[in-house]
Amino acid sequence: MTRSPGSFVGRLFVRALLLVGAVVSLVPFLWMAIAATHSSADLFHSPPPFLPGGRLLDNLSRLQETIGFGRVMVNSVGIAVVQTVLSSLVSAMCGYGLAKYRFRGRGLVLAAVLATMMIPFQVLLVPLFQMMASVGWIDSYQAVILPFLANSFGILLMRQGFVGFPDELIESARVDGCGELRTFYRVVLPCVRPQLGALVIFTFMAAWNSFIWPLLMLNSEDKYTVPVALNTLTGLSRVDYSGLMLGSLLATLPLMALFLLFQRQFVAGLLGGAVKG
Amino acid sequence: MVALDSGKHTVVPAPSPRTARRPRRRQRHVGWVFAGPAAALFALFFAYPLGASLLQSFTAEDAGSLRWVGLDQYQRLLHDPAFADALVNTGLILVMQVPVMVGLALLLAALLNQSWLRFRGTWRAVHFLPAVTTLVAYAVVFQVLLKTDNGLVNQMLGAVGLSPIDWLNDPTWARVSLILTLTWRWTGYNAVILLAGLQSIGKEQYEAAALDGASTFTTYTRVILPQLRPVVLFCVITSTIGTLQLFDENYVLTRGGPDDATLTPVVYLYKVGFQQFDFGYAAAIAWVVVALIAAISAAQYFAFGRERRR
Repeated sequence: MTRSPGSFVGRLFVRALLLVGAVVSLVPFLWMAIAATHSSADLFHSPPPFLPGGRLLDNLSRLQETIGFGRVMVNSVGIAVVQTVLSSLVSAMCGYGLAKYRFRGRGLVLAAVLATMMIPFQVLLVPLFQMMASVGWIDSYQAVILPFLANSFGILLMRQGFVGFPDELIESARVDGCGELRTFYRVVLPCVRPQLGALVIFTFMAAWNSFIWPLLMLNSEDKYTVPVALNTLTGLSRVDYSGLMLGSLLATLPLMALFLLFQRQFVAGLLGGAVKG
Repeated sequence: MVALDSGKHTVVPAPSPRTARRPRRRQRHVGWVFAGPAAALFALFFAYPLGASLLQSFTAEDAGSLRWVGLDQYQRLLHDPAFADALVNTGLILVMQVPVMVGLALLLAALLNQSWLRFRGTWRAVHFLPAVTTLVAYAVVFQVLLKTDNGLVNQMLGAVGLSPIDWLNDPTWARVSLILTLTWRWTGYNAVILLAGLQSIGKEQYEAAALDGASTFTTYTRVILPQLRPVVLFCVITSTIGTLQLFDENYVLTRGGPDDATLTPVVYLYKVGFQQFDFGYAAAIAWVVVALIAAISAAQYFAFGRERRR
């Protein structure tokens, strides 16, 4: 007595709803891609363009002229990569320490991790800004990166990964005379690659998307990140719409590529905190 | 929520015959080798500024010197119409956008959970895609889509005989625009979390319900949804916290305007702190946001939690 899961009409209905959702999700992307290849005036013609035009290179060179897009892109990539590498390392180490060692002050570290998760970053905006100002770091990359290196989400994610790691392996590495740090890098870390992958993707995304903090820290245009530079374009009296769309497209492509490549880790990372409850 | 089970899982190396010889004291410090860097960063870039911000919220700057003013800044907030606007806007988004979005996400998760559906991974990816756009970029795209003069959305409205809408310059429509924008970006994200929750529910439950003659709809509302409650709660709380911290979207889309219609506490904080340089007042705003987040999260947790205990 097995019931078929849903009638033919029911299945069609499910597909129709999914299709509607997919169209809604995708149209802004398609529009972004099409608009990036037209002139600003064309975008607001009636009817609007539905096919790619021939102005992509024009738009690109204009974007380069107005906000130095190449430079801005390099800044964003550089900041995101440095932040990702350092932050993943710090988080993985801390997660390991919390998972596998009992030490005095461990509770305090765990409390700090939880507190940073619950307290919005905006509370820190003003004092952090003043700290950076007092050491003369305004308009510097380290000021953009440093406050985000200890990442509580990452620490908890990695801690979950390490908790299940067999102690026997750690023990035997120790017995073989492997130092604590070396054990960590050589034996333990390679075994939690899935979590590490998720962490790397998440940190990169967060760094890439970061807006309010770089907006506050960076003053000179040649140091801007992509989001900050795009934002300056929207504030102009005569907005270069097709340039904006091209910039948005180029800002989004790396994340989309990353997501499509590492979907599995991505979803796993997303759920690292969510579903266990 | 986040499974922490603090301490429970912390495995102290078992005193196996070999390690028993090891001096235990060493273990007491090795943990710091790993936790140290993070702890130092937390102290420097979290604990210190957090304390500073709290102190700052009790001060005011007079002719270049700081003065202790007690709760004055907080009292000033009580009578600040702009802050009231920001709270009203946030409240509107909370009661309108969050339930609609979580509802849509539930529907989407249920649709994606059909075992007969082919290319499930692809469907899921397509719906999730909005969540991987750069925040500022998608706000920019919506700004162009919603442009009043011949923006794509207004052109489509025109094609079906409707008059154009002044999406971003009319206070009411600006709020609607913001709500639509947020819903577009976050629905798929929540759906993926809910979908994982659905998949952790055993297959036999669906089969048992089907055997009892329950329709798909009844199965979901009566059998599956109650079990999904913790995950739904997670989505509601994270969306609420996200709404209370809203900045990027409305800053890029409307700069909080028109007439403060899309002003949020954090955009206001930004304006007060970094355009008017009234740091004490900005700190007070920040702490009110913290208090609100704590209060609303706790309220939601208990509201959901009580029903669960029944």
